[in-house]
Amino acid sequence: MSLRVLVGCKRVIDYAVKIRVRPDKMGVVTDGVKHSMNPFDEIAIEEAVRLKEKKIAKEVIAVSCGPTQAQETIRTALAMGADRGIHVEIPAKEMEKLEPLHVSKILAKLAEKEGAELLIVGKQAIDDDSNATAQMTAALLEWPQATFASKIEKTDGTLLVVREVDGGLETIKVKLPAVVSADLRLNEPRYATLPNIMKAKKKKIVKMKPADLGVDTTAHFEVVEVCDPPSREAGIKVEDVDALVSKLKEAGRI
Amino acid sequence: MAAVVGRRGLVSLPSWSNRLIFFRNLATTSIKRSEAPATAEFYTDEHKELQRSLKKLIDSEINPHVDQWEAEGQFPAHEVFGKLGKAGFLGVCKPEEYGGLGLDYSYSMAMSEALGTINCGAIPMAVAVQTDMSTPALARFGSNYLKEEFLAPSISGEKVSCLGVSEPGAGSDVASIQTTAKRDGDDLIINGQKMWITNAWQADWICLLANTSQGPAHLNKSLICVPMNSPGIHLTKRIDKMGMRSSDTAQIFFEDVRVPAKNIIGDEGMGFTYQMLQFQEERLAGAVLTIPPMDTCIQSTIAYTKERKAFGQPLLNNQCIHFRLAELETEIECLRSLIYRATDLYVAGEDVTKLASMAKLKAGRLAREVTDSCLQFWGGMGFTNEVLVSRFFRDMRLVSIGGGADEVMLMIICKYMDTLPRLPRKK
Repeated sequence: MSLRVLVGCKRVIDYAVKIRVRPDKMGVVTDGVKHSMNPFDEIAIEEAVRLKEKKIAKEVIAVSCGPTQAQETIRTALAMGADRGIHVEIPAKEMEKLEPLHVSKILAKLAEKEGAELLIVGKQAIDDDSNATAQMTAALLEWPQATFASKIEKTDGTLLVVREVDGGLETIKVKLPAVVSADLRLNEPRYATLPNIMKAKKKKIVKMKPADLGVDTTAHFEVVEVCDPPSREAGIKVEDVDALVSKLKEAGRI
Repeated sequence: MAAVVGRRGLVSLPSWSNRLIFFRNLATTSIKRSEAPATAEFYTDEHKELQRSLKKLIDSEINPHVDQWEAEGQFPAHEVFGKLGKAGFLGVCKPEEYGGLGLDYSYSMAMSEALGTINCGAIPMAVAVQTDMSTPALARFGSNYLKEEFLAPSISGEKVSCLGVSEPGAGSDVASIQTTAKRDGDDLIINGQKMWITNAWQADWICLLANTSQGPAHLNKSLICVPMNSPGIHLTKRIDKMGMRSSDTAQIFFEDVRVPAKNIIGDEGMGFTYQMLQFQEERLAGAVLTIPPMDTCIQSTIAYTKERKAFGQPLLNNQCIHFRLAELETEIECLRSLIYRATDLYVAGEDVTKLASMAKLKAGRLAREVTDSCLQFWGGMGFTNEVLVSRFFRDMRLVSIGGGADEVMLMIICKYMDTLPRLPRKK
């Protein structure tokens, strides 16, 4: 049983960039700032490509929702080994208001349209840290979900997934088709080798709009303000535990 | 004009009539004008993807260790070349039958520019020796046996190579090298010395230029592939340099080193010519390698002088500083355009000796200006070994000297300008 795998990848501000709040305090500066694929999505793509190499998957489709530049992210996915790409065009201005629910609806529609049997996404995007897309997509599709995956194994018609949870590791069995969200220790993404980068040139990227999938991207949230976290104040050293306890009592913390 | 515009299209076309190419270029001109953003993009998506992947490799496997390797005086060439080779970065323009990718030179330039993001000059230089100095002639003119023995493992990164041209008595004046390789049956016996050899201490083989016959100095030399473990090869000093400190540089002695005569690359006597042919590539690569360090110097200096205060305001507020940085940024942009233009013409099949020499000349001199001015703005901190700007100040100084000294570049340009004095010919 060879699976068709759909992988979501988001173009976000690169993790190494120092984020700056826009002067209008309604967002962060994105112009001219280095962007790259969300690190957890890289891990998702890597896992899908590995499944293909193990002959568990037959096709890997990379999807990205975003402005024209999202195609760069899809191309990176193709260079890593994905077979084809889908670019759901969202104009740059609307990108700020795009919510996990919108993306979930898009992914759910695409999963149905493409006949995917496995949907893998990163557990969260490093710009909004929502950690909601995988879960909501599973709910919309009424598919089982295996989130925070640190290991995936296939056993006949099911997946054995080890999840990273607060108490440690949890192993679950999910029936296919299923939604999986990738956590940090699932794998270490490969460097796209030059031969694969050149091969990716011939791979197709199909473009479409959310409306083509019948998805309405009207915002449900309104951003009131974006500001820097308060600057960290200096701490003080205390002599012993008793002094610590009395200081905490003074500050009304205990 | 035709060569520059629609460059990618021109390269991938078969050789049709000129008129057809001309009309194609007209068509691509209009498309490119409307699509091109204000900063005319020289690199296509594939070039950028190559750079993205290489930068990722550099950020995770190379840059974290650079400070340590600089302090130790050597970077692990086999380890680093192995990683680069596995990802396909050492054979960008090399023939596919030997593991290369057979891409045009613009891809090699993209790679060199990405290599420049390494936090020192030594490692990009060492890689450039492998990809652009010791292997181009071998790839073009070497026999099948030589390519399998020396080229393929150099492309895969298994073997480290070095280039043996310079000698204690002959650097810029390549024609007057003294190393000989005399015929003895089916072998050559090599005697002589080489100097300033990068990668020598770690290399598995050397691409050696030696005199193989009597005759005019430009026609009596050959390039020979010599395994570095051959008996008679002695490395004496590990040269202690002011910069490029993680690159191992050696003086090599050859005492009756025996090597099969079939290790000569191409035709005997053509060594000098083969080496000259690749100078355009070597100089363009040398020039583009300076661009990222210069960019880094400018950007880090802006960041530093924004934070650093003197007399009640950030240093950057002083016009002498932000104006100077603007001047330098302008010059870097000019150099970048020169390099890209020369690359385009070279890929289209033109001879770019004059432009490449100009690019190398300008790069060496501009790198000195940029690093010097930036170091000044960093003040006391700039003088320490704790900041990148001082390392680049030391490393980039070599550019005006190695790979063709400024004075040699000037001679070449004067030749094209027909301004060199004619010396009376010796009879």
